[in-house]
Amino acid sequence: MITVKNLTKRYARTVAVDHISFEVQKGQIVGFLGPNGAGKTTTMRILTCFLPPTDGGANVAGFDVLQQPLEVKKRIGYLPESPPLYPEMEVREYLTFVGKLKGMSGLNLAKRVGEVSDRCAVSDVSRRLISKLSKGYRQRVGLAQAIIHNPDVLILDEPTAGLDPKQINETRELIKGLAGDHTIILSTHILPEVEQTCEQVIIINKGKLVATDSVHNLQNRARGAETVLVEVEGRDSALDAGSVQRRLESIAGVSRVVPKESRNNRSAFEVESLKDRFIRGDLARAVVESGWNLNELRPTAMSLEEIFLQLTGGEKPEAVAEPAPEPVAASEGEKQ
Amino acid sequence: MRNIWIICQKELRSYFSSPVAYLLLTMFALIFGFFFWNSVGYFNMMGLESQMRGQSMPMSVNEYVIRPLLSNISVIGLFFIPMITMRLFAEEKRMGTIELLATSPIRDMEVIIGKWLAAVMLYAVLLLFTAVNFAFLFKYGNPDWRPMAMGYLGLLLQAGGLLAVGTFISTLTKNQIIAGAATFGVCLMLWVLEWVAGYETATWAKVLAYMSVITHYESFGKGVLDTKDAVYYVSLIFLGLFLTSRSLESLRWRS
Repeated sequence: MITVKNLTKRYARTVAVDHISFEVQKGQIVGFLGPNGAGKTTTMRILTCFLPPTDGGANVAGFDVLQQPLEVKKRIGYLPESPPLYPEMEVREYLTFVGKLKGMSGLNLAKRVGEVSDRCAVSDVSRRLISKLSKGYRQRVGLAQAIIHNPDVLILDEPTAGLDPKQINETRELIKGLAGDHTIILSTHILPEVEQTCEQVIIINKGKLVATDSVHNLQNRARGAETVLVEVEGRDSALDAGSVQRRLESIAGVSRVVPKESRNNRSAFEVESLKDRFIRGDLARAVVESGWNLNELRPTAMSLEEIFLQLTGGEKPEAVAEPAPEPVAASEGEKQ
Repeated sequence: MRNIWIICQKELRSYFSSPVAYLLLTMFALIFGFFFWNSVGYFNMMGLESQMRGQSMPMSVNEYVIRPLLSNISVIGLFFIPMITMRLFAEEKRMGTIELLATSPIRDMEVIIGKWLAAVMLYAVLLLFTAVNFAFLFKYGNPDWRPMAMGYLGLLLQAGGLLAVGTFISTLTKNQIIAGAATFGVCLMLWVLEWVAGYETATWAKVLAYMSVITHYESFGKGVLDTKDAVYYVSLIFLGLFLTSRSLESLRWRS
């Protein structure tokens, strides 16, 4: 459905997208994963014919983005990072306008506006001005706008950015529900989002393709080793952080124990397992049997940075919990 | 054609669903009403004087009231044109809705013409308000409608050109105020360029004077359709719309 070959986009000083190639099959949901400024938005803008590529090409729904942009545009629905809404319009009026832009008219359009309003749960505000809507409703109106003409391909740029957890869940469910009829590419920098919604993942970083794989395979590759945060409290006597660390290190399957903060008779550690070892049960038992209280035991989420480093074969950085730093130059180029 | 009309409708809707159109109409009607009142008052006084002196010099309403008032409109319009065009593209760029237009199966030129057409239509509504004043002249006098119609055609053509230039300037920025101020500056320059012809007769001065939008209005004001002047206005329209399309395209290559 989508074929991208050697796609390159150069700005004056930066290369936003660097020789990316991938394919997306019909009916798939593909997650486009990367830190901010990785070139996700640029790639999506090229696929939607908003930006022309500097080099290479892309074929969407059987048409070339440079040669037949109008044909491509007829077959795609696009939700940019901030939904393209006109605040002075009512929801129904806006959806009707977008439908007309996409070439629909008459009864067919009126019927379709009703359908997508129901599907995206915005029917109850169809008579409200968009400027009066909450962020979650706006996002859903944006989604309704993207599917109004029942396009073959849906391109969603960070569809859950800025929503609250409940809205995020609703939006993900909505996107999953759309999967059967449409081929969907959605970009995100949140890994769990990909795990929950997508079948296939394309990871890019600094404009380069890092990996394309199924979610299942990626999880296995990323989850080989587990990292767990443990907080231990002394029950009767003062807690000796050093002895706790030695006890934790002695558990089979533990590869490394990094002491974190320590205060008020409590100490926290980050414990890393060897590859393919499940250590949480052993950890809990060891702490309790040693006569300490186990205050907290939770797997720390694999940060995207770690997965990138694993996938690209880099060394694990010291500051594990830090979010991925933004490559400033690239993001400047990306956001006009 | 259909796409042009879709865009045009949307723009008109957004003019008239916000206070913009009503504010412009009210101000324009008030200002022009004042001009009209003064002009007619002056004309009456002149008529009274000439009667008292016993001269029954025939005085033409067309020449003493309508023609000067129409050229006044072209100047008042100068101040209103930036307010009409400044939001056309600047607002789409600021709100990100330009991405919706650019990724819909619709050509740039259709978007541009649709927006420009909506601006011209709003200006035409402003002109319609001035026609209400003139209607009174027809009730109490007997002016000739033909030069007046020609005058209105000239006004519409002139505004069409300046609105096209304003549309172009609106693509250059996300900030409406900047777009409006720049458009006003350009409109004002295009107006006063003609002044050099007053003291300088060299070729460059003639060229500058030719570029002035006011120079080309004179013939229309007299009720004459001079092809040369019509061609000037139509070229200005095409130039403005062409620059707009270039600007939109370069936006994509640069962004």
